[in-house]
Order: sequence, then C-alpha cells, then structure tokens
Amino acid sequence: MSIPVALTINGRRHALVLDDPRVTLLDLLRERLDLTGTKKGCDRGQCGACTVLLDGRRVNACLALAVSHDGADIVTIEGLAESCGLEPGQLHPVQSAFIDHDAFQCGFCTPGQIMSAVGLLREARSDPNLDDDPERVRELMSGNLCRCGAYLGITEAILDASARLRDAGAEA
Amino acid sequence: MPDTIPTALPAALPALAPGHVRHGSSIGQPLTRRDGALKVTGAARFAADNHPPGMLHAVMAVASIAHGRVQSLDIAAARAHPGVVEVMTSSNAPKLARHPDQTGQPFTYKLDLLQDDRVRYANQPIAVVIAETLEAATEGALLLRPTYAAEPSSTSLDQAERFVPDTVGVGSPPNETSGDVAAGLADADSRIEATYDTAPQYHNAMEPHAVVARWDGDRLFLDTPSQGLSMAQARIAGLFGIDAADIHIESPFLGGGFGSKGAVWAPQVLGIMAARLVGRPVKLVTRREQMFGPVGHRAPTRQTLRLGADRDGHLTAVDHHTLTASSTFDDFFEPSGRVSHTLYETPNLRTTHEAVRLDTGTPFFMRAPGEASGSAALESAVDELAEACGMDPLAFRIANYAEQEPKSGKPFTSKKLRDCYARGAERFGWASRPLQPRTLRDEAGLLVGWGMGTASFPALMMQATARATLHADGTGLIELGAHDMGQGAWTAFAQIGADGLGLDAAAVELRIGNSALPNAGMAGGSAHTATAGSAIHDAATAAIRALADLATGDERSALFGAGNQGVVARDGRLHRKDDEQRSERYADILARAGRASLSADGKAAPNAANQAQYAAHAHGAVFAEVKIHPTLGQIRVTRLVGAFAAGAIINPRLVTSQYYGGMIWGVSFALHEHALHDPRTGRVMNANFAEYRVPVNADIPDMEAILVEEDDPYVNALGVKGVGEIGITGTVGAIANAVWHATGIRVRRLPITLERLL
Repeated sequence: MSIPVALTINGRRHALVLDDPRVTLLDLLRERLDLTGTKKGCDRGQCGACTVLLDGRRVNACLALAVSHDGADIVTIEGLAESCGLEPGQLHPVQSAFIDHDAFQCGFCTPGQIMSAVGLLREARSDPNLDDDPERVRELMSGNLCRCGAYLGITEAILDASARLRDAGAEA
Repeated sequence: MPDTIPTALPAALPALAPGHVRHGSSIGQPLTRRDGALKVTGAARFAADNHPPGMLHAVMAVASIAHGRVQSLDIAAARAHPGVVEVMTSSNAPKLARHPDQTGQPFTYKLDLLQDDRVRYANQPIAVVIAETLEAATEGALLLRPTYAAEPSSTSLDQAERFVPDTVGVGSPPNETSGDVAAGLADADSRIEATYDTAPQYHNAMEPHAVVARWDGDRLFLDTPSQGLSMAQARIAGLFGIDAADIHIESPFLGGGFGSKGAVWAPQVLGIMAARLVGRPVKLVTRREQMFGPVGHRAPTRQTLRLGADRDGHLTAVDHHTLTASSTFDDFFEPSGRVSHTLYETPNLRTTHEAVRLDTGTPFFMRAPGEASGSAALESAVDELAEACGMDPLAFRIANYAEQEPKSGKPFTSKKLRDCYARGAERFGWASRPLQPRTLRDEAGLLVGWGMGTASFPALMMQATARATLHADGTGLIELGAHDMGQGAWTAFAQIGADGLGLDAAAVELRIGNSALPNAGMAGGSAHTATAGSAIHDAATAAIRALADLATGDERSALFGAGNQGVVARDGRLHRKDDEQRSERYADILARAGRASLSADGKAAPNAANQAQYAAHAHGAVFAEVKIHPTLGQIRVTRLVGAFAAGAIINPRLVTSQYYGGMIWGVSFALHEHALHDPRTGRVMNANFAEYRVPVNADIPDMEAILVEEDDPYVNALGVKGVGEIGITGTVGAIANAVWHATGIRVRRLPITLERLL
C-alpha cells in the first residue's frame, strides 16, 4: 500500500508516500521524520504532550491520521520560531517566557504546552480578552497535563508573553 | 563573596564541627535552567527520541487478568502481519543469566520477563511483538488474542490475610514503641480515634518508561530514563551475565521520575531482550495504560490513629497503625507511620504496620513514600484532636512542638519550623480564622474552609562520587553520573561546581546523565542535591587544593610560600589570604607547570558521627483554602501557602518550582488520584489520563511558596537538606482539614470527592 501525502512541515514541503494508513501525524513526525520534539505521553488525546499547530490550530497529533491531512500546514516546536520569521537560534516570545518563569521542570510536556500556548494566543485574535485573564488561560491550557506541576509558571509565562507581544504590536 | 579554600581536613574531624562552607557567587542565585533552551525548542533528546540505524519497534502485550496463566497466544496471526519480524513469548525469550526473581542487590525487585506463563498482576507483560514499524508492532500485539486460565484475585485491602512485614520502607522496623501508649491514652483529657484510607496511586511521569537498546557483541548501549544509573547497570549486568562496565546508559533527561525510574523494570529489560533476540536495535515504549502495573505504584493504606491530649492540649499519646499492601510475590511496604516519629512531642509513641498481599504489581517508592500517606493521616488526626481540645489547629501544633526528635530524643541539626508556621500563617491570614466549621462563605455563597498541616521530610545523605577538572584555558569541568528528572540538576550542580572551582557558572561545563561518568548514586529520597552536590564540592575543593599546591610550591609564583591554607580561589584566580593583591590566574599556574588540565576526584557519604547525634529533617507549614458548593459538593482549592525550611538553597527559582510541584501533588493526593481496581478481574479500571485524575492547570489555585532561611551546619558541607518531596506532606492534611472547616464533615477517605460531602 502506498499513499501519497503532501505536508508542509515547519515551512518545508514534504512529498511523502506512506506505506501504512494507520500512521498518526505524531508517529509520522517522531518515527519517520526525526522531529522528536513533539512528545507522546498517552497516545489518546488525554495529555496534550503532542500538541502541534495544524493549519494554525492546536491539535493533538496523536489523534490525527497523517493521511487525513493531505495538504496541511504543520508547525512543530522545532519550527515555531522560524515560522514567525525569527532567525535560527532565536526563541519565540512564548519560549523565552517559559524559561523566564520556570514554566517546566522535566520538560517532557513543554513542547506541547508551548504549542498549545501559541495556539491560545492566536485564538485570542478573535476573542481579545482571552489572553490576559488568568482564569481563562488556565482553563484553555487544561488540555495539557504537567505532572511536575509547573502550572503557575505556565500561566504566568503565557500572560507575560501575551503582554510583551501586545506591547510590541506583534502577533504570536 | 569569595570561596574560602577549605584547609586540608584533619584525619579525625571533631564529630560536631560545623562543616559548612560559605556561599559563593553562584550558589543561592535564581539562575534560569541551563537546559532551558533545549527544552523549549524540542532539542532535548529523551530516551524514546533516539533512533539508531536499523532500529525495530517493540510493543508489549500485557495481561488482562490479575492472576493465573497464559493458555494461548495467536503467535501465527501476529507473525503473519506485514512488518512483524518476531514475536517474543515465554517459548522463545532469551534465557537470562540470573532468574529475574533472584534479587538481593539494593533496590532490585522481581520482574516478569517471559520466563514462564504465569500472570501475577494485570498489565503484566506476556509477549513482545517486534516489527519494522510501530504500527505493525502495535497491530501484532493486538492480534495475539491471549486466552488465560484465570484464578481468583485480590486487589483490595479487605480481600487478603494480614501479616506483619519484617521491615517497612528501607529496612525500618514495622513496630516501634516508646513509653506506654495505653497509659497515655487513659490519662488523656481529650482523645480521638480515626481511620483514614488512602488510595492506590501510580506515578505516571509524563514520559512513559522507554528503552532504545542496541547490542554490540556482549556490549550493550541503552537510552533509557534512570534515576540510578549505576544500580541500573548492575541490575542489567546480573540479568544478562555481562560486565556492568560493558553497559553504557545514556539518560541526559528524564521526563519525570517521582521514584518510578529508580529501578529497572520489566519493559526496559524486555526491550533489551528483544534487541538480543532479533540482533537489531529495538525501541520499546510503554503505552500509558501499561504503566498501571509493571513500573511501580504507591500502595493503598488504611491508617488508624489514636491520639490523646491533656487539658492544656499537650499530647499524651500517639498511636499510629498502618495497614498497607505489597504484591503477592515481592516486598515493598509503605512506611506510613514513620512521620509520627519526628513531628510532635509526646511521651508515649507507638507505630505499627501490617500488610496484605495483593495481585498487583509490586509497589515502590513514589514521591514521599510513607511520608505522603502518613502525613495525610497524621495531620488530619491532629486537626481532629485540636478540635476535640477546642484549640486552634496551629496553636495546637505549636503547643506540641518537638524540640528534639520524639522517637530518638536527638536534637535536630536545625529546625526552623516555628518560622515556617509564623510566616505561612501571616501570609495566609490565618489569625482571622474562626474556630467553628461551616462559618465562612464567599460572596457567591460557596462554603469556605481554612486548614493547615505540618510538612516534614528526612534530610538524607547517600553516596556519590564526582570529578572536577580545571583546564588551562581557565574553564572548569564537572563530571558525574547524576540525574536530572526536572529538579534542576543541570543547573544546580553547575552552580555548586562553579563555586567550588572559584569560577563563574558560565565557565563551568557540566556532564551528567551517562553511566560512564563517576557514580553519583541515585536521585531519590530528596537527597540528590545534598549528596551529589557534596561530591561535586569535594572534587572541586580537591582540584583547587592541587592547583594551590602547584602555585605555592613554585618560587616563580606570586603565591610562593603562602601554603595551601593561605590562598583563596575566586574568579579564576588564586589569591594570597594575607595579601589579596598577590594573585595568579589558574591558566597561568597550569601553563607554567606545563599542565593542560588538572583533575581531582571527590566523594560524599553520610557523616555517621553527626547522624548518631542529630536528627535531620526539612520542615514546613502549609495553609489551604477550599471553596465548596453547599448543595453540589464541588470542591476547589482556591489558595495554598507553603513555608519551608530546608537548609541552604542552591537555586531559589528551581526550589520554588519543586515546592509548587510537591504541593500540587498534595492537591492531587487529597482530591484527585485514585486507581480503581475492578474487584472481579483485578484490572485497573481507569488506567488512562482521562479517568485516573491528576490536576490540570485549571485545578491549581493561587499558590505561594515561602523559602524560610535556615543555616544547617551538620547535614553536609553545603548545608543542603533537599526539597523534592516535602511539598506533598502537610498539603494533603491541610486540604482535608480545610474541607472539614468548610463543611463540618470529616472525610477520612482520600481522595475527597464530592459525593462524600453530599
């Protein structure tokens, strides 16, 4: 079985031929494209460690079949900064805010948290008060589990990055 | 502040001599994580992120019964699936050099490694399917369709026969008594007797247990998360009959451990066996549901406390009985009673443990093993006795403040618990708390309750080694097989090394997380920073001493004649103590000696003399506010304040995060986590993150962690006590007590869920 799938991943076009329709987007990234920044914590959409941006929206890559997303544009943690026009080696404001606010300990859920946070900030474009209300940020980040318990830092980092972006007149 | 080069130690240290070093420029700084950029960009490579050439994927099939035998597996169906390379079962699994039930080494437990067809617990591995792709291996495992000869199983404390274990925890006696508890209770003016149930819990680090295994002849290369690299090497070496030195483990980052990665478990060994069977590298990652069984858990407890107090509110007796469970085939007993040995002054103290054997995986160390469950019960019981005495719970605790460790009578190395009480209470606003329950409401009509608990955790020292190197370019290197599971070893150990070497942290390279490095012991018991940090300090001190020897013995040096004790190391230079203007760069000293580098080894171990005379514990006080819907019973923790005194703080930013994490585990223990076994099958019914509830971001309230300064001259050279586990203790009781204060209902079964309030 060979199934052609064209995906743009972190700005790069991939013309793939999959030998298996069961391959999830997560396993495609991790096991076939060596994009291992996206993590597998549960493989059933319950932990959020695999969050990526798919056509600009945050999704659990473990619940997306790769063949269902022919033509999609995907941004993973590895491509986040560059997808926003930053130079290689530079950090996205959410990434640097996560460091500043110690918004992680072990770091395993962190790529998913950050991609989810960026998705949240983009959702805030159409819901302006969403990203400066701690209660709403907590609620909207509750699909991303952190077993180390870095939630305070995560919330603070998102509020901080949001404020910094707003002050700079920039978008996430 | 400059480091002082410690003088050459006398052969016999005065037993109680303060060994404390002054803090340099890195220790105490709230540096951000040195591995931060790697972790926010996805570049930090965890075990399962590795993919050596030719690697195959392995997926375990696990038992759906809790007790019995595997009768059949449809191996042919699995083998026939495209992409499947091999099916490993008890009929073809590589034979091991040592039977996996033959333990005896420290921290080794019996493992199920396909050596026979028996099933001892649900989710026990019964086969491994190895395939070219993860998809094929996953499907192959499903196609095995096992049949079983099932036998009856017991998975609840009520279902099995009780006995007294030989030891609990790590070699502690199960029963300990001082004084006469019966007399103390008889003499009491107020007494309570209450029984508390705590639920079985599973560590559930976000990173599943994983291994990428590659054999090269009899040499073995592993990527696997480990909290104890050297112990892992020894265990694997024994199982495969190879030399531990031929096992190379990479574990630069753990995606959380919480104790569960302190031992090598069956899934990791099965991955290694699979790689040997097929002669290719293999990756095996446990599925989330497979982590409810073969990789350890916290056993349930049922604790009965009988406490008495005189009319002034002084304890006359503490009697703490624990019923817990181990597996049918191995021994690990949650030592819940131990916390009563250390917290409150009482003339009569008894702790007893009983256990049952259940058809579950073997329980294991899980963040604050014993202290978390024991503190939950003790702090609840103390609150009940305070109520019986008509006293404020904080005033009651202060009235029973232990100036010496109650069980041993030893003084504490340091104990700033009074400061913790005072600062936490002030910050929380405890003074305005009404004594009576069910008296506070918020503007929305929710019931409001305030509760508190005392936190405590032993300050342990283990054993570790480290190596420190000074390079001719003026940089330093610290090497040890230490472990970063999120607590911040990558950062804190560099800070300790930098101060020891008299260098800026930016000029010090740290190498950890690899079994080829000097043995750094284990990351457990909240002792890794204390232990490995002390080894780093010792190695760095020795390196500086050797450098000083080079300089002070060389008449071309500005330091000539100063003597080893006459110099201090600071900012990459040695300075004469008697004339700070006379100094020399490390680089110049090494260059003149014709040395490219200079290395020294260091080690750390418990100080037996100090331990014989002192009790060492970290302490804290946790204050909680809950709000509860008066008719629906919905419970939310709305505020948490913890104040902790844990000796010297290497990095306050990271330590604050550790306290938050521990307190969140306390929220989880009090309100969320509960592994439910189906009594008919023995299976865990909620083996997934939707139904095994852990806190999400929205569950976590405003929190504050206050770092109470504490100078401890005795615990170790750095004065560090450890902070990883203490946050859970105190917090669970504080929340349970706040629930009572809000509702007037004592819920003695954890987790507290809304139906118990209706």
